[in-house]
Amino acid sequence: MNASVEIHEAGASAERPLLEIKDLAISFTTSNGEVNAVRNAHLTVMPGETVAIVGESGSGKSTTALAAIGLLPGNGRVAAGQVLFDGEDIAHASEKRMIELRGNSIGMVPQDPMSNLNPVWKIGYQVRETLKANGLPSGPDDVAKVLSEAGLPDASRRANQYPHEFSGGMRQRALIAIGLSCQPRLLIADEPTSALDVTVQRQILDHLDKMTTELGTAVLLITHDLGLAAERADKVVVMYRGQVVESGPSLELLRNPQHPYTQRLVASAPSLASRRIQAAKELGVESGDLLAPAEDVAVETSMPEEVLQIENLTKVFKLRSGFGRSTDFTAVDNVSFSVKRGTTTAIVGESGSGKSTVAQMVLNLLQPTSGKIVFDGVDTSTLNNKEIFAFRRRVQPIFQDPYGSLDPMYSIFRTIEEPLRTHKIGDKASREKKVRELLDQVALPQSTMQRYPNELSGGQRQRVAIARALALDPEVIICDEAVSALDVLVQAQVLNLLADLQSRLGLTYLFITHDLAVVRQIADHVCVMEKGKLVETGSTDEVFDSPRQDYTKALLNAIPGAHLMLPPEAATA
Amino acid sequence: MATYILKRFLQLIPVFLGATLLVYFLVFSLPGDPIVALFGDKPVNEAVAARLREQYHLDQPFWIQYLLYLKGIFTFDLGQDFSGRPIAAVLGEVFPVTARLAVMALIFEAVFGIIFGLIAGLRKGKFFDGTVLVASLIVIGIPIFVLGFLLQFTIGVQLGWAKPTVSSAATVQDLILPAIVLGLGSFAYVLRLTRTSVIENMNADYVRTATAKGLSRFRVVRVHILRNSLIPVITFLGADLGALMGGAIVTEGIFNVPGVGNRLYRAVTQGEGPTVVSIVTVLVLIYVVSNLLVDLLYAWLDPRIRYDA
Repeated sequence: MNASVEIHEAGASAERPLLEIKDLAISFTTSNGEVNAVRNAHLTVMPGETVAIVGESGSGKSTTALAAIGLLPGNGRVAAGQVLFDGEDIAHASEKRMIELRGNSIGMVPQDPMSNLNPVWKIGYQVRETLKANGLPSGPDDVAKVLSEAGLPDASRRANQYPHEFSGGMRQRALIAIGLSCQPRLLIADEPTSALDVTVQRQILDHLDKMTTELGTAVLLITHDLGLAAERADKVVVMYRGQVVESGPSLELLRNPQHPYTQRLVASAPSLASRRIQAAKELGVESGDLLAPAEDVAVETSMPEEVLQIENLTKVFKLRSGFGRSTDFTAVDNVSFSVKRGTTTAIVGESGSGKSTVAQMVLNLLQPTSGKIVFDGVDTSTLNNKEIFAFRRRVQPIFQDPYGSLDPMYSIFRTIEEPLRTHKIGDKASREKKVRELLDQVALPQSTMQRYPNELSGGQRQRVAIARALALDPEVIICDEAVSALDVLVQAQVLNLLADLQSRLGLTYLFITHDLAVVRQIADHVCVMEKGKLVETGSTDEVFDSPRQDYTKALLNAIPGAHLMLPPEAATA
Repeated sequence: MATYILKRFLQLIPVFLGATLLVYFLVFSLPGDPIVALFGDKPVNEAVAARLREQYHLDQPFWIQYLLYLKGIFTFDLGQDFSGRPIAAVLGEVFPVTARLAVMALIFEAVFGIIFGLIAGLRKGKFFDGTVLVASLIVIGIPIFVLGFLLQFTIGVQLGWAKPTVSSAATVQDLILPAIVLGLGSFAYVLRLTRTSVIENMNADYVRTATAKGLSRFRVVRVHILRNSLIPVITFLGADLGALMGGAIVTEGIFNVPGVGNRLYRAVTQGEGPTVVSIVTVLVLIYVVSNLLVDLLYAWLDPRIRYDA
């Protein structure tokens, strides 16, 4: 029945867009009055076509997409304009009509697979109710069929499990199964894979592509990743501060961006074409060349070139498996590498590869099961409490989540000053002077001192976290996914800042990340980890240009936009 | 799971011993001689008093009294109260009454608390929500004995809708008004807890996803909002059952309910050690078992929770 309708529609209205958004304005009622989230948005999706909306968080891309399925949050409303679905204006359609359309005409795959499945119902139940609500057969076999079509192995058994028994990738498959279960003509995919590892991301997007192509489903893809958009979509719509600033066929738009915002976005897209941030490298090499010969003789013994040596590091966790028994889980397995002073070493891997465990052991926050961590010639496991205190002064962390790692009750001044106070450095006046200097260094206005974390943006918070890490003039900084939570443009700014600080202060970075594109921008050396083992090490250029291991190749291949050819000026701008 | 339940039941043993010992000691330390008090205004007959002391082991030191009491329990003989009736019979008389009262109060607070809380949560910030919130605050703020007398007088005496006092049979009909009074405070808490929980769940991603699947509003509310919101509410209700049984003293006093509260109060004022200890111990056991049931219910409601030994 569905198929015949589609053929009919396709024949009758080959030129009629499936979804047409015209002059759409969306406003939110807040305690500060009306806020316009989207203004004058317009976009068109033809039947069977994939259109991507690209923009940073807060650009209105998700809001626009939610308006197309009538799911704006309670305080949001369509203030002006039309949302035409197959010619029918649904911007102000009744809830009853929307319930008819949702599921079987317009499907949705939401962003975060962890929070979008109801934790108290079995996966099969959540698929079944979708089929049932849209009047489709919903027996156990139908449910299993829907799930296995979305690429879930062993679907009939899996249907009897709860969401918490699924991995992130499997949950996302279940959500895709739900979104496509009623064969909608339009699928809204809101950042469908941004929460997943890069290789899983690729599999899932490939599968989604295949399914929507087979079903002839049009896709409205929301993403912050320009590379991903260009790779997956026929057309790209760029949104910035609630407005559509540019739209057009993907490759054309990427090769020849017109609007300044799009140009910046293309320039800072962490695609493979961009090389390590230039400023840092030039300055770093320069200062190294100038300083090295003079200091070489004097400090050779006290300052070994390799500031950090990791030797046969192993960490075994005991997992409880009920009734006193426990199984061993080797999170880090015989890992050895070294970090040279003043350089950046990146540890890359997917979640569960053990890279963060390594970082925690280097920070002396976790005891290794076996192996050594030698910092500046001293085995860190032999340090007594006083020496660990001194060690912490020289090795500082920057963590992933700038929302979680700053104390919300501390002013920015207090946050940055705290390490100085803890280590009893200077008096009150000199500490305040130091905080001002640090804020200057990370390019934040000094007035930031009196503010609190919730008043700052993600990028600003991460700058505060960097300032806090720099307060004690450390030699080594461990960045655990320090830029992963940030939008691309902010990410580029923070990476630039880190590179700049490195060249000025001679810092050594150990950079933990899952994002290979970031690695290419910042790292000198790369260690690739897989399931606790170090599978490949080498200089960044070596690893990227001629990866030896299949796993590294798979990781590199999975970077969205890896195969897109960009003009050289855009890549290095 | 079975090991977990077994473990929890084994925990009852120290709880039982600890509770009886503590309560026995407290009653033992009460000032005044309970036997002398029994004579009231009449002159104390020393021979009778001595015989009574011996009968109730009051002439023994504390540890002996306690051990004799424990021995009694394990031989299914709880002893007698001061009027000479077996304590077991007293328990069998008062506990069903209070249990009926507490369960009725629990049903009242659960049904109305959840319904009102759900509606208030779904209509956050609207008129109904505001009214209900203010009303619940008033109920929480006013002491139960004030509310009790107020309702007894207006509904029971003036309007005559319900019996102002309870007959010795304490039928379900008799207990309607006392149950409402007993459950009012918790009703307000259940309402507020449900409301908060519903508001939190309404904005959950999976609720939006459920709506995007094309489900009707009713189904989204029932299956995805209400079910998830009930988890903390059920926890509160389970723990409240024990509190209601023990907390019925005031309500039972107001409505003259022949239940645990009244009997316990009398036993405390008369220094009837074994009676007090027996009643309190049963209350403690009910409390512990209802908490275990809540934990099991919790695991059933939220499949993420697993109890492994």
